[in-house]
Amino acid sequence: MSLLDKYDKVSLRHQRLLSFGRDPFNICMDRIVSATEAVINGRDVILVGTNNYLGLTFDPDCVAATADAVTREGTGTTGSRIANGTYASHRGLEQAIAGFLGRHAAMVFPTGYQANLGILAGLAGPEDTILLDADSHASIYDGCRLSGAKLVRFRHNSPEDLDKRLSRLSGGTGGTLVVVEGIYSMLGDQAPLGEFADVKRRHGVELLVDEAHSLGVFGDRGRGVVESAGVEEDVDYVVGTFSKSLGAVGGFGASDHPGFERLRYTSRPYMFTASSSPSTIATAMAALEKIQARPELRQQLWQNARTLYDGLKDLGFTICAETSAIIALKMPSEAAAVYMWNALMEAGVYVNLALPPGTPDGSSLLRCSLSAAHTPAQVQRICEIFGSCLEALKAWQATQSAAE
Amino acid sequence: MQWTADEVHAEVVRLLEPFNPQSVDLQPETDLATDLGMDSVAAMNMVMEVEDRFEIDIPISLLPDVKTLQDLVDAVLAELSKKPAQ
Repeated sequence: MSLLDKYDKVSLRHQRLLSFGRDPFNICMDRIVSATEAVINGRDVILVGTNNYLGLTFDPDCVAATADAVTREGTGTTGSRIANGTYASHRGLEQAIAGFLGRHAAMVFPTGYQANLGILAGLAGPEDTILLDADSHASIYDGCRLSGAKLVRFRHNSPEDLDKRLSRLSGGTGGTLVVVEGIYSMLGDQAPLGEFADVKRRHGVELLVDEAHSLGVFGDRGRGVVESAGVEEDVDYVVGTFSKSLGAVGGFGASDHPGFERLRYTSRPYMFTASSSPSTIATAMAALEKIQARPELRQQLWQNARTLYDGLKDLGFTICAETSAIIALKMPSEAAAVYMWNALMEAGVYVNLALPPGTPDGSSLLRCSLSAAHTPAQVQRICEIFGSCLEALKAWQATQSAAE
Repeated sequence: MQWTADEVHAEVVRLLEPFNPQSVDLQPETDLATDLGMDSVAAMNMVMEVEDRFEIDIPISLLPDVKTLQDLVDAVLAELSKKPAQ
C-alpha cells in the first residue's frame, strides 16, 4: 500500500467536483488587474472572494514603499528572527502594531497561519488547558495541537457552553487559555466578545482573540471587534494577519502581558523559520499607516457590504450571518453550490466555494468577501450576475429532478 | 448519577444514531470513520453530544485514539471515573 492510498476517497470526491467544470480549489489568475479584477482562463472576472477588505494591494503608496524597501534592503533576509533575520524594519513594524492596538508589545510572523501556531504553541504547554471555539480556523486547531495542551472544544459562539466547560475543569497546575475569533471566516458571524469577557473574568482565565477578518474592518480606529465590543482590557492576547485588510503577507501577536516577549526565545514557529522579506514588512507598515489615515475606506467597505447583502437577500438567498464584509450564502446541496460556483465563474464573478468538512454544520457555501475597492457599478453587476446564475441553477435543478 | 459500563454503552449507541444515516449495526468494534463514514469534524461534533450527556469533557487531543464505538465508551468511562463523587 502506498502512503497516498489513504486519500483515495477524497480524491474520488475531487474527481466528482471536476465533472462540473473548473477546479474550484486550483484557480490560477492569468493576470491580476486590480484589487477587484483579474483575468482567469482568458476571461475578465470581478473578484468577490479575496479578503482584500480595504483594497490596498494596488495602493500607490504601499506599492512605492514596497519597491523602495526591496531596492534598499534586498530581496530576502536569509535568516530567522533569532539569527540574522531581524532588521530595524521588523522591529519598527512590531512597534507600530503595538502602538496601533494600544498594546505593550507585538511580534511579527511570516504568515497569519504561523502567527497562530507561534502564539498558541508558545503560550500553552502540556500542563495547560486550551478551550477553543468549535468553529475555529485550522491555524488555531493546529497551533493548539502543537502546544501539547489539553484541548477542550466549546460550542460555537456560546459563552454558556464555555462557562459550563470551565466549571467542569478539575484543578490542574497549569494555566487556562480561551481562544475565539472576532469574526469567523466562513460564515462572517461575530463572536459575542462582551459575554465571553464576562465568563473569562469570572473564571480568572486568559483570553486570546484572533482578529484576522476584523482588523481594519471593525472599531472606530479599525482595531477590530475587540475595540468595537469595548473589551480591550479583558483580552490578554490579540492575533492578526497582514494578508487581508493590510494587503500584504504575514501575521502578528500582541499583548500587554509583561512576559509576552519571552515567546521570542521559546516559541518554535517564531524561532525556526525565515523572517519576512524587507519588502513585505514595508508593505504591511505602509498599509497600517493607510488604514489609520483613511477611515473612509472602512466606510466604503461597509457601504459595499450592505448593498450586496441587500441585493442577495432580495434575490432570495439564505445568508448565514448579519451584514459584514463576509457574506456567505448557504446552498441547498453540494451539487447546487458547485454548479452555481461554476456558473458565476462563467459569467465573470469569482467567489469562494466552501464545502464540508471545512464548513460549520456540513453546509455548502458560496462565500463572498467585499472590498472598499469595489465600485458601486461592480457591486450592481455582481448582484445581476448572481440573479442570472440563480435562474440557471433553478433550470438545471429542474432537469435533474426530471431525470430522477 | 453513577453510570455502569452497560448503561454508558447503551447511551453512546443512542447518541450515535443521528450520525448513522445508513443504519449500520452498531457493535463495539464498529469503526466510526470507516463504518459510519464520519469525518473529523462530524466526529468532534458527535463527541460534543456525548460530553453534554455525561457532563464530561473528552479532550480532542485524545480523539485520534478513539476509533471504535468501544474506544468511545472507554473514553467516557475514563472521564467519568475522574469526576468527583456527587
